[in-house]
Amino acid sequence: MLESPVPSLPPPLLQLEGLTRRFAGRTAVDGLTLSVRQGEILGLLGPNGAGKSTTFQLLAGLLAPDAGHVRFAGQSLSLSDPSLRRRMGIIFQRGSLDDLLSARENLLLGARLYGLSGARARERVETMLTLIGLSDRGDERVGTWSGGMRRRLELARALVHQPRVLLMDEPTQGLDEGSFRTFWAHLKRLRDAEGITVLLTTHRADEAEVCDRLAVLDGGKLVACDTPAALAARMGGDILTLEAPEPEALATQVRERLGLEASVVEGQVRVEVAQGHALVPRLVEAFPPGRFASVSLRRPTLADVFLQLTGRALGADAPAPQPVAKRGRR
Amino acid sequence: MSAEVSAGQPALEAPAATRPEPGALALQWATVRVLLARDVVRFFRQPSRVVGALAQPILFWFVIGSGFAGSFRVEGAQGLGYQQFFFPGVVTMVVLFSAIFATITVIEDRKEGFLQAVLAGPGSRLAVVLGKALGSSTIALMQASLFLLLAPLAGVRGDTVNLPLLAAVMVLSALALTGMGMSLAWWVRSSAGYHAVMSIVLLPMWVLSGAMFPLKGAGPVMAWVMRLNPMRFSVEGVRRALYGVEASAAVGSAQSGLGLEVPVLLAFAVVFLGLAAFSVSRRE
Repeated sequence: MLESPVPSLPPPLLQLEGLTRRFAGRTAVDGLTLSVRQGEILGLLGPNGAGKSTTFQLLAGLLAPDAGHVRFAGQSLSLSDPSLRRRMGIIFQRGSLDDLLSARENLLLGARLYGLSGARARERVETMLTLIGLSDRGDERVGTWSGGMRRRLELARALVHQPRVLLMDEPTQGLDEGSFRTFWAHLKRLRDAEGITVLLTTHRADEAEVCDRLAVLDGGKLVACDTPAALAARMGGDILTLEAPEPEALATQVRERLGLEASVVEGQVRVEVAQGHALVPRLVEAFPPGRFASVSLRRPTLADVFLQLTGRALGADAPAPQPVAKRGRR
Repeated sequence: MSAEVSAGQPALEAPAATRPEPGALALQWATVRVLLARDVVRFFRQPSRVVGALAQPILFWFVIGSGFAGSFRVEGAQGLGYQQFFFPGVVTMVVLFSAIFATITVIEDRKEGFLQAVLAGPGSRLAVVLGKALGSSTIALMQASLFLLLAPLAGVRGDTVNLPLLAAVMVLSALALTGMGMSLAWWVRSSAGYHAVMSIVLLPMWVLSGAMFPLKGAGPVMAWVMRLNPMRFSVEGVRRALYGVEASAAVGSAQSGLGLEVPVLLAFAVVFLGLAAFSVSRRE
């Protein structure tokens, strides 16, 4: 799943330089500088209010930046420049399909909006419908479709005019696990087929895992940018979680008796240590029965990385700690 | 740049970069056409809207028309009963409601609908406004034309109707009212707020347009409000096109006979569409 980065890095295709946007005294995006490399899938990761959506709206041309600019293939361009807009395909969080139109009609209008016409537009529409596996349902009105199918069609609509960059705002929000996987399978296939570069916002840890690189945002600022594997490796060690009736008291005692850094996160005592396995028997011996109900040990996830980088939880979609036996992915 | 290197031979690596680019004007026109086509298709896919568009003005015309018929007397308006007097007002109302409906959808559509993709696309904001205005005006004109089929019932004689004037007044009214509605919708931002604007601004404007009662009988203050009302020119234009100069002058003001409706409505259309384009093109 996690491919190691190519030795010679592809050149940056889209560069954000000092992008800043303020709202009535609050700086939503604060001097954001970021390079999106040709062909990669870069995820903007952060909880609500981190500045992801504002960044998306700036790049989508819906908001004007207060400062900063972007470069596309090295060329400095205004975000409202039609030649930049033409090269971007966009998927909005709330969707932008017309429910009263068929899938084919939605795609055809999408193609025409970007100046494609006649046979060329129709050819692209059929190509996209085939690529997302919905060509036999192209004449159905999309108002009756499920969330997963609509998202796939959004993907086709965003790419019908052959953009260079695909920009997505929380593309899989509200999708179940199956639809999430189908969407990403199609996305990766389209990325390879069409040679696109992808920039998306997310606060799903499972979505962050499948990105090539992640830019972690907090308070409108970039706090880290690396591959998911490298970010997880920064944590080192393991995460031990104790379910206890009195978590605060237990955390204090863990600090005093074992000399470990323990904190209470969402009602559970959390300890980050280098050798988690060795600590489990010491913990069990150090406390009488009943002081904690369960111990779980796991490798750090991106949600943990995020917590460490920003001091805040990634969001409601972050996975809950799972028992040691169930983890085995890395 | 790869475009220069690969000039003259098919570029396999980056088809998107070497594809001939559509011209700037072609993209504007594409945006206008997409929005226009979408509005027309949507209209015919909502049967309740088609039926309502026809039934509502007919009901309005008969119910209010017959309710006031007994008490309506205007000196000098020979033969112009209330049903006849009221008919042009209902035509304007059809255009107004159509514009309101079209622009109220803009509020939701821009936050979570098709319009987002258009706004983030390569067309200019002016093209977005024009496309939306043309779409909404086309629907308004279709609805108004259907209602106008009832004109013989309102005592309109086919041989005296001034069709060019009627068409010009309706087209310009539709554009002006859509422009006005869109400017309001863009600033108001919520459907609830727009409903308030509708009942405080738009509906009173229609009532005071000379649609329901003539300018002649109004008090001095009211008469001035009515004189400056953009919608008045729409109602008077339709009335003059349908019933001729004499009958219209009897209930309206002196301007009725002067043919000012078309230039005034044109000015309103330009101003309101310009205002809409200004509002929409300000990237917040």
